[in-house]
Amino acid sequence: MPPAIMAEGLVKKYGDVVALDGMDLSVPEGTVFGLLGPNGAGKTTAVRILTTLLKPDSGRATVAGFDVVADARRLRSHIGASGQYAAVDDHLTGAENLEMVGRLYHLGVKRSRQRARELLERFDLTEAGDRPVQGYSGGMRRRLDLAGALVAAPPVLFLDEPTTGLDPRARMSLWDVISELVADGTTVLLTTQYLEEADRLARAIAVVDHGRVIALGTADELKDQVGGDRIELTMTSAADLHTVRSALAPLAVGDMRADAATFQLTIPVSDGTASLTAALGHLAAEHVVVRDAGLRRPTLDEVFLTLTEHRTGEPVMTKEPTR
Amino acid sequence: MNALQMAVADGMTITRRNVLKIKRAPDLLGGAIILPIVFVLLFAYVFGSMIDLPGMSYQEYMIPGIFVQTIVTSAQITGYTLTLDLQKGIFDRFRTLPMAPSAVLTGQTSSDVVMNAASVVAMTLVGLAVGWRIHSEPHRAVLGFLLLLLFAYAFSWVTATVALALRKPEVFNNIATIVSMPLVFLSNAYVDSTRLPGPLRAVAEWNPVSTVIQAARELFGNTNAAMPVPGAWPLQHAVPAALLWSALLLAVFVPLAIRLYKRAVSQ
Repeated sequence: MPPAIMAEGLVKKYGDVVALDGMDLSVPEGTVFGLLGPNGAGKTTAVRILTTLLKPDSGRATVAGFDVVADARRLRSHIGASGQYAAVDDHLTGAENLEMVGRLYHLGVKRSRQRARELLERFDLTEAGDRPVQGYSGGMRRRLDLAGALVAAPPVLFLDEPTTGLDPRARMSLWDVISELVADGTTVLLTTQYLEEADRLARAIAVVDHGRVIALGTADELKDQVGGDRIELTMTSAADLHTVRSALAPLAVGDMRADAATFQLTIPVSDGTASLTAALGHLAAEHVVVRDAGLRRPTLDEVFLTLTEHRTGEPVMTKEPTR
Repeated sequence: MNALQMAVADGMTITRRNVLKIKRAPDLLGGAIILPIVFVLLFAYVFGSMIDLPGMSYQEYMIPGIFVQTIVTSAQITGYTLTLDLQKGIFDRFRTLPMAPSAVLTGQTSSDVVMNAASVVAMTLVGLAVGWRIHSEPHRAVLGFLLLLLFAYAFSWVTATVALALRKPEVFNNIATIVSMPLVFLSNAYVDSTRLPGPLRAVAEWNPVSTVIQAARELFGNTNAAMPVPGAWPLQHAVPAALLWSALLLAVFVPLAIRLYKRAVSQ
């Protein structure tokens, strides 16, 4: 089966600023693909090209089998997009907003009205559906915006930082909705700067920096790239932190990280539980009080920092437009 | 559905959206209904009690002028709303939909005609209350109202073009006020242009606003033999000239606005 989203060598420049520098993507049907990267990495530019809002300077891309430039018009019936800034009309009610989108997808008046009601119910907005959007909370707006992207039940969905600025509860409820969609077979491309979000939702993750994919894989594969387990110890004083750091140096297989503010020491190790037992034995012998001790896998934050670190020598030349 | 049907259907959907917005936005509604009523009352009683015209009352003379002034002013709502929408993500949403791109602009300008119709009705009623009368046959009066709405529609495309070129709501508002004030007041709306000094008189008599006002006066029968029409061609042939002006504005500004819209949103 051909991929639902395919991009080859996408380049987009704004004057001297290179937003995309030869980006390649391939997203299989029915999966969630996460584009992960710092602000200005080119995530939004990539989504704008894939949703036909922007033409690439070079390279090509297809979505649901349609070329994003040559077949833009036909493609638009097969995609839904929900952006960073909720694209809803303040003066219209939730129902009116969705009904308008349905009519513009040419579903017809009756079907548009029916679809609006279905989606309001699905997104828990039935009660608010007849009130102007002006009075909605940030989370409700985002839900309505996402509902707008689903009006035509498109097979491919683009979500550009869907949970930025939401409180934890609203974020989690949006995550549930996205998981349900994928269970129904929708292909989702998601951009985010929250690693937890990519970890939780995306099957494959592309780490993007300076307009290019610098790493690709599942969350586990990416974590393996930066090494195995870590021991995390929290001491009660800076002096202890220092002592323990030298005492446990033989256990470490890479650079230890000591945080003087939180008295936390992170030690990369090769054999997880055995190293932890050894470390705790050392500390007991030295009579060091430990507030917290644990063994964990690398987080995507660490993956991200490690992957983007050795590029910091390069000049920062990418900047996404702020529209 | 073919391209034209789609453009019309989508244009109607956007018109409906804008009309709903206007209904719910007290500031827009105030500008469209309350302000014109205030103008009619102010001008009728303040100037009307000071200014005497040969052969007719000042109310009769100035109401068509207020009609056109209001139309020129409320056409700016088209531009202002467009600049506001440009700041938000709503055009991005529209552009990912399989809709006709022209619908955003045709919908916006059409909904402003609906709003203009509402303000003309309000002004007509208040005008009748302060002593303005239609002296022509009904079909000519209807033509007069249609001509006003046609010019309003054409002028909306002008403000849409300016707005899409400027893009910022504050900048647009300032420029629109600076341009529309002389456009309205350097005309025959409130004064007899024949009594203006030479160069101003020429500007006032060739001003498209004057042409439309003169055409409205003729079609409503608000003219008097004691107030001869100036010799400038557009005022001597006011009704065809007003139609020509509207057609010219549409021919120039519809394609220009659509081009600027495409440029404004594709960045």
